[in-house]
Amino acid sequence: MQVMVAMSGGVDSSVAAAMLRDEGHEVVGVTLKLWGGESDSGCCSVSDVDDARRVAQQLGIDHVVFNFGDEFLAEVVDPYVADHAAGRTPNPCIECNRHLKFDRLLVRARALGFDAIATGHHAGVATTASGARRIRRGVDPAKDQSYVLHMLTSEQLARVLLPIGDLTKAEVRTRAEALGLRTAAKPDSQDVCFISHAGGGRSTFLGSRIALRPGRLVSTAGEEVGTVDAVELVTIGQRRGLGLAGDGSPRYALAVDVAGATVTVGHAEELLQMGESLRVVTWVDEEARAEVAAGASVTAQVSAHGAPLAVAAVMPDGDRATLRWQQPQRRIAPGQSIVFYDSDCVLGGGIVV
Amino acid sequence: MRPEAVEAMLPFLTERYANPSGAHRAARDARRAIDEARDELADLLGVAPGDIIFTSGGTEADNLAVFGAARNADREVLGEGVVVCSAVEHHAVLDPVAHLGGPVIGVDQQGRLDLDHLTEVLREQHGRAASGDGPGVRLVSVMAVNNEIGTIQPLDRIAKLVRRHAPDALLHTDAVQAFCWTDIARTARDANLLSVSAHKFGGPKGVGALASRAGATVHAMQLGGGQERGRRPGTQNVAGIVAMTVAARITAAERESEILRIGALRDRLLDGLVATVSDLVETTAVGGVVDRSQQVAGIAHVCIAGVESEALLFLLEREGVFASAASSCSSGAMEPSHVLAAIGIDPGLAAGSLRLSLGHTTTEAEIDHALAVIPGAVAQLRRFDLRGS
Repeated sequence: MQVMVAMSGGVDSSVAAAMLRDEGHEVVGVTLKLWGGESDSGCCSVSDVDDARRVAQQLGIDHVVFNFGDEFLAEVVDPYVADHAAGRTPNPCIECNRHLKFDRLLVRARALGFDAIATGHHAGVATTASGARRIRRGVDPAKDQSYVLHMLTSEQLARVLLPIGDLTKAEVRTRAEALGLRTAAKPDSQDVCFISHAGGGRSTFLGSRIALRPGRLVSTAGEEVGTVDAVELVTIGQRRGLGLAGDGSPRYALAVDVAGATVTVGHAEELLQMGESLRVVTWVDEEARAEVAAGASVTAQVSAHGAPLAVAAVMPDGDRATLRWQQPQRRIAPGQSIVFYDSDCVLGGGIVV
Repeated sequence: MRPEAVEAMLPFLTERYANPSGAHRAARDARRAIDEARDELADLLGVAPGDIIFTSGGTEADNLAVFGAARNADREVLGEGVVVCSAVEHHAVLDPVAHLGGPVIGVDQQGRLDLDHLTEVLREQHGRAASGDGPGVRLVSVMAVNNEIGTIQPLDRIAKLVRRHAPDALLHTDAVQAFCWTDIARTARDANLLSVSAHKFGGPKGVGALASRAGATVHAMQLGGGQERGRRPGTQNVAGIVAMTVAARITAAERESEILRIGALRDRLLDGLVATVSDLVETTAVGGVVDRSQQVAGIAHVCIAGVESEALLFLLEREGVFASAASSCSSGAMEPSHVLAAIGIDPGLAAGSLRLSLGHTTTEAEIDHALAVIPGAVAQLRRFDLRGS
């Protein structure tokens, strides 16, 4: 096959490219230039492009750079800022996968005559008895990235290869060392790729784009118990950073009211609720949606590496859905994603309203 | 590179490998090679030998001109507005001028300088200087030929305006793209400063020159051993300088016939593309009318609706056609072109820009190969165009 491998300059995609080459595919490496601004490393900086190019040279494969900066700004960065401005807690990696890697790049690769794209994500592609494709968890539970790939449809998965989903991170590094790749010991990327810690981190990044408002912390009884520097940076469920530690009974952000510059805080049990509402809901295919709607037993994961939670019912409704937990669960911050699994396979997911 | 230039440089990498600043016989041999090269290049550029400052290439020559004119002998910047350039300059001029806070002059739809805008800016800066507010303009930089779209600037008319409205200012021209395609000694006879780069005319990369006509003072960017009369200290690249001059000599000798030969190939290419690819426009067309006499023969620039340059270049490369679009950044990614923006090309159309360069090695067979390949590549991409542009 002709395969275009998305090479971020990290060790995972380096090894993915090497594996596909060794399997006999005709491989071209591509690095996406997504962000022109400051960053620590992530996927965007010139030094990462250099690493990707040098690995491609070492592997003897072609390497190109595509500039998707405009789409990244429009589909990932601007919505990230707007979400925070509205008091939500977005996951930009999910939006990047949804709009850039598995839409823009996938379409570009097809237009250029490639049969498939590949990435270095820690996840696999499984095939069901009926021949449908599903994202399944990577074998390394600490590195599993199926959660951030939940929006991929069965149709898209027919053109996506995820070669390293059967390897642990340690095995990936061992392979990279054996191949003598310069990225073998490169640290894993952390956090949001377009935000620089050296440049002041999230608060500086957002503060230069939106007005961050100081806010009051109030109890559920309406009593003021403290202040925060910026309500836009508070996440529902957050405990640390509220300045309320030390009185023996931890308190959490229960609600964020940006317009009123108020964060309601309370105890853990006050976060508990029986369900969530979701928007931007996608299903891997109609079969998965129908199974879920008919009451198939599913679990839900509410963060990248969180434990699967038991779900009583999911009611899909177009691009929205509501879910009911079996047991009360802590409230999930609006903007975060919830992903539905059948055992180790992703069925779909959406964003908390 | 031209084979003659390769051959000319080899002795200076082997048996004649001496430092031209030395005092012994071998050094004098290297020195003589530079002296002779300087004489010859000066002659080709229409300047005196003492006017030639050898540099590491076009970017250094441009920076030396801009910063050299913007600073005084103590290396202090004279003030904001001291340098002015056109909106279509190469980044080697545009970025130094931006760094110095200099005004940028607009261009028309073909990329030629807006002379009224230039006059307005020069008058304004002159007026401010007269009232003690600012140093006045000391340098106007307008490239002889644009590197992306090939447009030739009316340097004689620009020079007249500069003399009239900013008599203290030097006129600098980045002639990096011009050497092959215009009689540069004539084109730039009114410029005080002129940049050239060897690899644009079949010489080696990493060598160029700034010609600084008598009376044009530029202060050095760097301090050191006094080479190039202290204007560009640092041991000279003897092999590169010798090879550059050989390439320049051959280029100048072949220029007239090459302009005719390659101009015909360029016309064949553009006419063929217009005939076979729908929704393709020649970038410098105004109201659908094209005047190719305003462009040099070596550049064919078109914009193609409904495709993206990045994807098109990828397909063309696979078919053995090496083209470009805008300029490249250090990561290798393509950036939107400031030149196309300056001449008013719609960003959607600019996204499908394609620049095909022709040179002394270009053959009719290559043009026909490009004409055979490009329509199919465009059609393939348009089948997948999901953006509806």
